[in-house]
Amino acid sequence: MTAENGQTLRWALAAWGLLLLFNAIASPGFFMLGARDGRLNGVFIDILNHGSRIGIVALGMTLVIATGGVDLAVGSTAAISGAVIAVLSSHSGWPWWSALGAGLLAGAACGAVSAGLVALAGLQPIVATLVVMVAGRGVAQIISGGGGVPVTDPALVALGNGVWLGLPGAAWLLGLTAGAFALASRRTALGLFAGAVGASPGAARLAGVPGRTVLVMVYGLCGLSAALAGAVEMSYIRAGDPSTAGLGLELDAILAAVIGGTSLRGGGFSLLGAIAGAMFLQTLSATLSAQNVSSDVAPAPKALVVLAVCAIQSPRLRARLRQRGRP
Amino acid sequence: MEAVGHITSAGRASEPAALRVRGARKHFGPVRALAGADLALRPGEVHALMGGNGAGKSTLIKALSGVHPLDAGEIELGGRAIRPRSAHDAERLGISTVHQEVMLIPGFTLAENIAFGREGPWRPGRSREREARARSALARLGIDVDPRRELGACSVAVRQLVAVARALDVRACVLILDEPTSSLDRDETARLLDVLRRLRAQGLAIMLVTHVLEQVEAIADRATVLRDGATVGEVVGADLTRAALVEMMTGGRITPADALSGPGPGAPRGAPPARAGPALLETRSIAGARLPREVSLRVRPGESVGLAGLLGSGRSETVRLIFGAERMRAGALLVDGVARRRWSPRRAGRAGFALAPEDRRTEGILPGLSVRDNLLIALQARRGFRLLRRSAAREALALTGELGVRMAGPGAPIDSLSGGNQQKVLLARWLATRPRAFLLDEPTRGIDVAGREDVLGLMARMRRAGMALVVIAGEIPELLRSCTRAVVLRDGRSVGEAEGTDLTEGAVLAAIARHDR
Ligand SMILES: Nc1ncnc2c1ncn2[C@@H]1O[C@H](COP(=O)(O)OP(=O)(O)OP(=O)(O)O)[C@@H](O)[C@H]1O
Ligand SMILES: [Mg+2]
Repeated sequence: MTAENGQTLRWALAAWGLLLLFNAIASPGFFMLGARDGRLNGVFIDILNHGSRIGIVALGMTLVIATGGVDLAVGSTAAISGAVIAVLSSHSGWPWWSALGAGLLAGAACGAVSAGLVALAGLQPIVATLVVMVAGRGVAQIISGGGGVPVTDPALVALGNGVWLGLPGAAWLLGLTAGAFALASRRTALGLFAGAVGASPGAARLAGVPGRTVLVMVYGLCGLSAALAGAVEMSYIRAGDPSTAGLGLELDAILAAVIGGTSLRGGGFSLLGAIAGAMFLQTLSATLSAQNVSSDVAPAPKALVVLAVCAIQSPRLRARLRQRGRP
Repeated sequence: MEAVGHITSAGRASEPAALRVRGARKHFGPVRALAGADLALRPGEVHALMGGNGAGKSTLIKALSGVHPLDAGEIELGGRAIRPRSAHDAERLGISTVHQEVMLIPGFTLAENIAFGREGPWRPGRSREREARARSALARLGIDVDPRRELGACSVAVRQLVAVARALDVRACVLILDEPTSSLDRDETARLLDVLRRLRAQGLAIMLVTHVLEQVEAIADRATVLRDGATVGEVVGADLTRAALVEMMTGGRITPADALSGPGPGAPRGAPPARAGPALLETRSIAGARLPREVSLRVRPGESVGLAGLLGSGRSETVRLIFGAERMRAGALLVDGVARRRWSPRRAGRAGFALAPEDRRTEGILPGLSVRDNLLIALQARRGFRLLRRSAAREALALTGELGVRMAGPGAPIDSLSGGNQQKVLLARWLATRPRAFLLDEPTRGIDVAGREDVLGLMARMRRAGMALVVIAGEIPELLRSCTRAVVLRDGRSVGEAEGTDLTEGAVLAAIARHDR
């Protein structure tokens, strides 16, 4: 993480804090916790729940973006993973843990396909993953036989609905994933290599960085994180739904990573920033709905706020504003 | 390009300055880049802006050319205060600039690079016209390349000359060149200096940055010396000597006698390398896609082989081929006597090879990453995914101190370092891997007078410690000081060798020329 990433992380956290403050004042009940059917609920718990799902994917996306790429296939990957788990658990009667494992593996495989197209066939990441995104939706349909597959296994249902020690399951999974990503990228050279490939592929190659291996690992990890998010979503709606699962997830994950201070140009990256970005995004959506902005219109104001946050993070713009302030 | 703008002296008849800077100050966060720099540039002179790496030369130039504004200080052009807000702005005012890091577009042709930004979007110049114009602009600099070629496919020298051609292609009264000769060979440099002389005679005010004192002596009428962001003095005429410049730049840290003492008696001192013994590296008629065509070399441990030749003779391509950066099309590459078939930078690195590449911008630095990351990347890549030990990282970082890298700290982004300091970090990157064979493509490019001595000394030490070196240097004296044997390349072929008492400037130049058609 470079000094600049650190700065943007602070901006992302500040933006999130401001948003929460706004809600504390403007919408009473925002932080209220209720209990229904023995389950905690409330706006804030919902934010944690959905924000964690975005955050998990944003972690993988952040590493991909660090290599100068982008993974548009995460939504389809989530759908595939949900479909695989639901089918194996409900139709084939697999125990929950092996169904889950198979779903995650399927996600990693999606990532590996993208990596292969990027590293071996030399496709641009946006094209390669677009292909996987489109094809992946179809694969999810085929796996689930063309419709939603209900899930009843109690363990699988608990994944996205249970609450442990006051936190929803998704938040725990986010914490675990973040820890794993931090270990993988900072306790090994993966983070440095990914950043090097993103900063300058030519220079990284001459320095001896194993570029292809790095790409396979990074896209694989991203696929894995998307599959985990898919499993959580499947659990939450208690069904593997190939047509709506993970829709728009790629955009949220990319936005979260960017808000968190990872530049699409590649190079340095911030995992914590990605989490802050995901929470910010989800809080923003919740705020808009708390202010009774209809969900059809909401994307517009949402986009404006995201734009403002990104603009404020731009060192160029800040320098320019500072300059204006001087005579 | 007939460029003489009218220059009003604005009542300063005693000292008419085309461009004057007073009390320039500039901070980047905590880093003080300029701390009171003064400068007066007169029409019809070539003015050398001198100073060690990180002295603030490029920062001052960027302020003059509208890249970034000064925190404090005044800029006057022809007696009027100006404040260029953008590169375009500066150009309109009549200040044309060639930056140190060439800012051109690799995907564009040479002609497009020379023209872009200067044709309105609604009136795109016809490509014929544009090409003809580019061709003549390039011909003026004495290079003969097709302006329809893509810039990215050209050598660094050509790119540098294209940047100069672009700067000359506008009407200007002030021309600023930040290390325009750093990638050029003798002949191209000589031609460029000739062009500058002509422009000077036309009344243009020219500011030139270079670390090569011979060039300053050859052309400059006046020099301003910066140290730590402040002007330490101006020298003119008879006072403009190497000795005086070195003294002022370093504050007496090194004596002028040390600094680039000319060709000297040739080969570096020290025990002559064993003639017998197996070669660490051998190439047998290797050929690449375009260059080289047929190069045969043998390099033993403790030996330093210089590659001499003209622009386009295939020197850089040869070392790239040896390092596996380019595919070999013919011939054989032997390392420790074993032919290597599947060869790549990664394998080369593992075998103990290192390459300081010609193109620092696209193949050297990792922009946006910290100095630390830039430094450790090669060592880490060799170790694989297991993180380096703390002690190893610390040792590598100590090299930046040894090479005198000026930086805010190891966490600073590499882009915030001055050009010469970036080059030092790249050398340190590979030194940290303790290579057995070091391929050095213009290793002292952009490094200041004092640093050059350090680097040449370091190379001598590496050689004595048994490392094999292959050195490319456009400056023949420097080549002679750093190698024990010179191989002459021409048109991609190795055509001659000089060694021992034959290794003199005259002999090498003659060997380069002899094969000239
Ligand atoms: N964008 C930047 N951010 C932070 N520091 C910077 C930046 N640009 C330059 N500096 C610092 O300002 C100082 C002066 O740099 P400058 O590039 O002007 O040196 P220079 O005289 O051109 O050196 P060289 O001979 O190596 O090109 C250096 O210490 C450098 O690290
Ligand atoms: Mg400079």
